[in-house]
Amino acid sequence: MIDTTCRIAGLPFKNPIVMASGTFGFGSEYGAFYELSRLGGISGKGLTLQPKPGNSGLRVYETPSGILNSVGLENPGIPAFLRDECPRWEKLDLVRIVNLGGNTIQDYVEGARLLQEAAWERAQEQRTAFDMIELNISCPNVKAGGMAYGIHTETAREVVREIRAATSLPLVVKLSPNAENIVEMAEMCEEEGADGVSLVNTFSAMKIDIRKRRSVFENLYAGLSGPAIKPIALRMVHQVSRAVSIPIMGMGGISSAEDILEFIMAGAETIQVGTHNFVNPRAGVELIEDLERLMREEGISSLDEIRGIL
Amino acid sequence: MPEVLANEQVAAGVYRLTVGGRFEGKMGQFYMLRAWGRYPLLPRPLSIFNLTEQSVEFLYAVVGEGTRIFSALRRGDSVELEGPLGNGFPDPAGKTAMVGGGIGTAPFYYALQQITDADLYLGFSREAYLVDDFRAKTTGNVVVDVGGIILDQIDFGEYDTIYVCGPHNMLKAAQLRQRTSGTEADVYVSLENRMACGVGACLVCSVECRDKRKKACTDGPVFRAEEVVFA
Repeated sequence: MIDTTCRIAGLPFKNPIVMASGTFGFGSEYGAFYELSRLGGISGKGLTLQPKPGNSGLRVYETPSGILNSVGLENPGIPAFLRDECPRWEKLDLVRIVNLGGNTIQDYVEGARLLQEAAWERAQEQRTAFDMIELNISCPNVKAGGMAYGIHTETAREVVREIRAATSLPLVVKLSPNAENIVEMAEMCEEEGADGVSLVNTFSAMKIDIRKRRSVFENLYAGLSGPAIKPIALRMVHQVSRAVSIPIMGMGGISSAEDILEFIMAGAETIQVGTHNFVNPRAGVELIEDLERLMREEGISSLDEIRGIL
Repeated sequence: MPEVLANEQVAAGVYRLTVGGRFEGKMGQFYMLRAWGRYPLLPRPLSIFNLTEQSVEFLYAVVGEGTRIFSALRRGDSVELEGPLGNGFPDPAGKTAMVGGGIGTAPFYYALQQITDADLYLGFSREAYLVDDFRAKTTGNVVVDVGGIILDQIDFGEYDTIYVCGPHNMLKAAQLRQRTSGTEADVYVSLENRMACGVGACLVCSVECRDKRKKACTDGPVFRAEEVVFA
């Protein structure tokens, strides 16, 4: 019997495969390809208090083994999410994660409060639509605030502390690889009472159109994801896992069961899959099957046997 | 996996790819195609050029690495297809014109299977292609222009429905023409934004519309011309 279960803040994941925010909508699109409840979890599209139109101009550019994106947190806003998506999320049997973004601390805090209230109201009726907040202090594509919070540990501390105080929901903080010191950042999250950290978000990167002599993106820089970043992401997960005792959701270019085992061996509790969903819309369910097969081949009966062995 | 039946060059840098199998799709819908392993990462969206009981065909121009790989495909090679995706052109009312610019002519070949009497306006920058094939598909007028502006050849007031597909500037000009001509025709444009997921999840093909942002892949690629805010 192969045991792929994982646990963060007491929440049980059927398997370590969680769909990464911004690559999976709110799930319904990929729900047409397979049963979402087979997944360990999903992190929905990053939400802000108010709706955001996102960035104008080109939003994607493919690079060797990677993609640059400049979506800029386009999202319908938290109230619309609660109204339009939560009824569907209530029916999903997997760990449902709300990814919370913001431009100012006030935005973040008000967003967290709205989510907290919505969770309470549902709890009165024995219902839940989401289980966890993933605090996004690391979006590289938003000019005001956004990644700025994810760079300096002490700036980020303020946000994490405020959010921790505003919600009793399990809280995971999503870290940027562009942080001055990602290990210090993770330690700060642990100190401030976060239940876990997820890493890494995209790397700030660039593409220049030499004929037009300007960046292909209106926002100048964009976020790099995909297999190109996997080795660096893996190293960062490893470093963070040695420094903190809260669980880690590891991500960055994961596209195979082998990649998943690498991240678990580096110390991750669960992993997240992002860009690979665009390569293969059935990636989620195929990775689950591949992982079980690979564990059997490698004689691994539980992920706990290999977690953090390096 | 579906197999390539033919991949014929029809003009400089323009190819007609035939893939065997029974496929579905409405006029103006598209498929996401891969003809490689893991890299390039993203599949490429191509609109349906033709659909028969045994095959689906795509007309594409070589513009980058993905389409360059497509151009080297030979009979018997495998391709992966996901689709049909997108909304496609709505059913037309009354007298219909189809206006294609360059590779933007592609979806109209299949559209003419449904609307057999549409007038067809084909514009090319350097070299016309498949014109006789297009002529054979319609009982309506066929106007061909090479090197000029195809929109100058069409009287918007003459039609009830106008479909336009082509480069960004042509779609933008069609929107302007609709406004300035005072036509009552329903004008639809098919956009060709870069896509990643193709299924509405990633928001990279986002289109600014008058009321809100929409997705080229699932809300489109066909939009009412007046609703799009062109950059």
